[in-house]
Amino acid sequence: MIVMKKMKLDKNLKSSLITYGMVIAAYIVMQTLVMTDNISSLMEGLFVPLCIYSIMAVSLNLTVGILGELSLGHAGFMCIGAFAGAFFSKCMNGAMPDGIRFVCAILIGAVVAALFGFLIGIPVLRLKGDYLAIVTLGFGEIIKNLVNVFYVGRDANGFHFSMKDAMSLGMEADGEVIIKGAQGITKTPQDSTFTIGVILLLIALFIVLNFINSRSGRAVMAIRDNRIAAESIGINITKYKLMAFSISAGLAGVAGVLYAHNLTTLTALPKNFGYNQSIMILVYVVLGGIGNIRGSVIAAVALTLLPELMRSLQDYRMLIYAVVLIGAMLFTWAPKAKEFREKYSPKRLLALKKAQKEAK
Amino acid sequence: MSFLGYLINGVSLGSVYAIIALGYTMVYGIAKMLNFAHGDVIMVGAFVIYTAMSSAGLSPILSVILAMVLCTILGMTIEKIAYRPLRNAGSPLAVLITAIGVSYLLQNLGLLIFGADTKSFKSIVNMEALQFAEGQLTISGETIVTIIACVIIMFALTSFVKYTKAGRAMVAVSEDRGAAQLMGINVNGTIALTFAIGSALAAIAGALLCSAYPSLSPYVGSMPGIKAFVAAVFGGIGSIPGAMIGGILLGVIENLSKAYISSQLSDAIVFGVLIVVLLVKPTGILGKNIQEKV
Amino acid sequence: MAMLEVQGLGISFGGLCAVDRFNLKIEKGQLYGLIGPNGAGKTTIFNLLTGVYKPNNGRVTLDGQNITGKSTIEINQAGIARTFQNIRLFPKLTVLDNVKAGLHNNHPYSTLEGILRLPKYRKVEKEMDEKAMELLKVFDLDGYADVLAANLPYGKQRKLEIARALATDPKLLLLDEPAAGMNPNETQELMDTIRFVRDHFDMTILLIEHDMRLVSGICEELTVLNFGQVLCQGKTSDVLNDPQVITAYLGE
Repeated sequence: MIVMKKMKLDKNLKSSLITYGMVIAAYIVMQTLVMTDNISSLMEGLFVPLCIYSIMAVSLNLTVGILGELSLGHAGFMCIGAFAGAFFSKCMNGAMPDGIRFVCAILIGAVVAALFGFLIGIPVLRLKGDYLAIVTLGFGEIIKNLVNVFYVGRDANGFHFSMKDAMSLGMEADGEVIIKGAQGITKTPQDSTFTIGVILLLIALFIVLNFINSRSGRAVMAIRDNRIAAESIGINITKYKLMAFSISAGLAGVAGVLYAHNLTTLTALPKNFGYNQSIMILVYVVLGGIGNIRGSVIAAVALTLLPELMRSLQDYRMLIYAVVLIGAMLFTWAPKAKEFREKYSPKRLLALKKAQKEAK
Repeated sequence: MSFLGYLINGVSLGSVYAIIALGYTMVYGIAKMLNFAHGDVIMVGAFVIYTAMSSAGLSPILSVILAMVLCTILGMTIEKIAYRPLRNAGSPLAVLITAIGVSYLLQNLGLLIFGADTKSFKSIVNMEALQFAEGQLTISGETIVTIIACVIIMFALTSFVKYTKAGRAMVAVSEDRGAAQLMGINVNGTIALTFAIGSALAAIAGALLCSAYPSLSPYVGSMPGIKAFVAAVFGGIGSIPGAMIGGILLGVIENLSKAYISSQLSDAIVFGVLIVVLLVKPTGILGKNIQEKV
Repeated sequence: MAMLEVQGLGISFGGLCAVDRFNLKIEKGQLYGLIGPNGAGKTTIFNLLTGVYKPNNGRVTLDGQNITGKSTIEINQAGIARTFQNIRLFPKLTVLDNVKAGLHNNHPYSTLEGILRLPKYRKVEKEMDEKAMELLKVFDLDGYADVLAANLPYGKQRKLEIARALATDPKLLLLDEPAAGMNPNETQELMDTIRFVRDHFDMTILLIEHDMRLVSGICEELTVLNFGQVLCQGKTSDVLNDPQVITAYLGE
């Protein structure tokens, strides 16, 4: 009996180790390619975004796959993390060593985004299914819109806030406007590197995988599978839903900080923090397998690289991307395709051959 | 412009949302899926009208009819190829992502054929604006036509669903697909018909939307599509009068907050109101509230 | 002191009186049956006892503790666990994890300890594994520990649901039609299991059942419910021979 238990624990651990190993291996391969100068600078520019989208996909999978709630506003939490982190870095630039400052910025981005996740989660998680989806989409858009009219400045008297324009901050002459409404935050220190991105991805994976394979994760999945039964065995529904949602939001915040420190100018546009971005991340999650954390990373990397690999096809690449997406969904999910796959799966064909041989 | 002017324009914009929302809500009610590509069918409809009027020189009415026919075919094709195979896939997310894929596909096809630059759309409405109170209040022809079209569509759809065999089949399929099939209703046909109607409505919405806001790009349907979806949820998804009320309310709120609060924040306000409504009434204004039985 | 005492329990839904002036007294260690025609309000009573519905009036005491109007979670912690008429497992969790979910409240460690894999995580998880396997063994499910609950055959799903309820360490176990959909052999086996659970865990059990063979075979006392009201209460053999009960079941 105990032996069997050991085996099961090991199974989860083994699966987690494979995931970490996969990320580390990919990192080593890419670093080698860079050092031997075998990769275009364009590709190299994608390294940090790959980490950002992977973290986003992993964190969204916690909400969609493990908690079982469809969120269409995940980019909103990324936006909060990005602005919180960049704001901190702008304020503290030069006041403390760069490395420590960046670590603090990441922690602040995570905490602020998680806090928003918690606050938004309280009303949102009372809803169900598509209603929850549309309300998260709404919150995402509200966050993006509010950031666009938000002004913060600092002078000798401290911080000034406004929702109108930079003038109404009423600052002294020596003051500096840090967040400039629709112009966002400019000249954030560019601290994000591929190495840091990979480390953060590994940490995100560590947190999510260990969470899933713990008592709290089990409670969250129990709620996902049957809320009424979970309640009947004394699981606190609100607590665990909020916990999963906040962790998910916090990790999106980490991705946001990474994003903010990868660019000189941070603005909240429909393109980077709008619902389209949230949907993009959802595509990674669904294509990688709902609840399959490793799949999320693979899908995020593959789908981010795909348009770049097809760059020579120019205008046709997004068209092909769309067709690939539809085709992949049909192939993985359609009952007919499933039947076909099972019928012609290499495993089954091999087994069949073996059986025929043995019959002879 | 006076308050009444903003209000009437809001109702007009809301009527467009309502027509789009009808397509969303009917498809959702029957196929239980969020058809994210619905907004892009609007774009296709608008481009068909634009091309028919500017290149082929067709009259506005003929162009709209042509767009309706083509969008109907498009909608049914999408349903047949992309959505129907996933109907029994067991995951609503699979078909949602496929719909997103279709949306990307239509946008990028539009981009390839028509280019990324914005085209100015010639209004399909050829009517003088009405002036009231010595020019204090102007109501454009587009506004009048939009509101009238919306009312007609609403009544036509309600009667269709209530009094025709096909319409009642729709209700039956949306209530219980399995039972409907056992009663001899052609479920696939009924769902295809729903997509056909929704897509024809999208073509009309495209015509009206681009007549009122005469700029046409491959992304033109995206945001109105999302907002119409919000409107459908607002009114109670699956309900025809709900989509109507939701659409018009949404248009009015958007226009009034643009006029009196902030044009930058109007979307935030729209979503804020939606959130409050759903928190008070979790299934929308006219939505049915069904509790899970223990 | 009785294990469960219900006095004057009542609830109505939109003017319709679903349960009215319901009284019940179950002693510790009893195997008690609640029977009645469809729609008599049996499951509603379970829902009232477990806090899914809040009663309009009446009082529920569990082992001397007043639990009237408490939430489902509080009531479970006070010591009532239940199964459902239409099985409610966690289909995408393994059989073992289903039971471990039931152990959730009595084997705590913090989320942070779980994420950081601190020694307490290992210790408590090991305890949980051992306890869960013990329970699974009682129900002959230990061979299925790694199978997804959704893939279990029907009869075993019912058993797993009982195992999960027992994992919360209750004083009173409510079983809602445990034999529904079972063939005579499975029912016979289930009867043995229920008796074993009562003896082995020193459990008090209240069950709803339509299968009269099971009811007369294992229940010591019965309450018959009709139109939300108690029709008859007492020793199983007396109740089943009561003319009123026969009328309610078979008609005039």
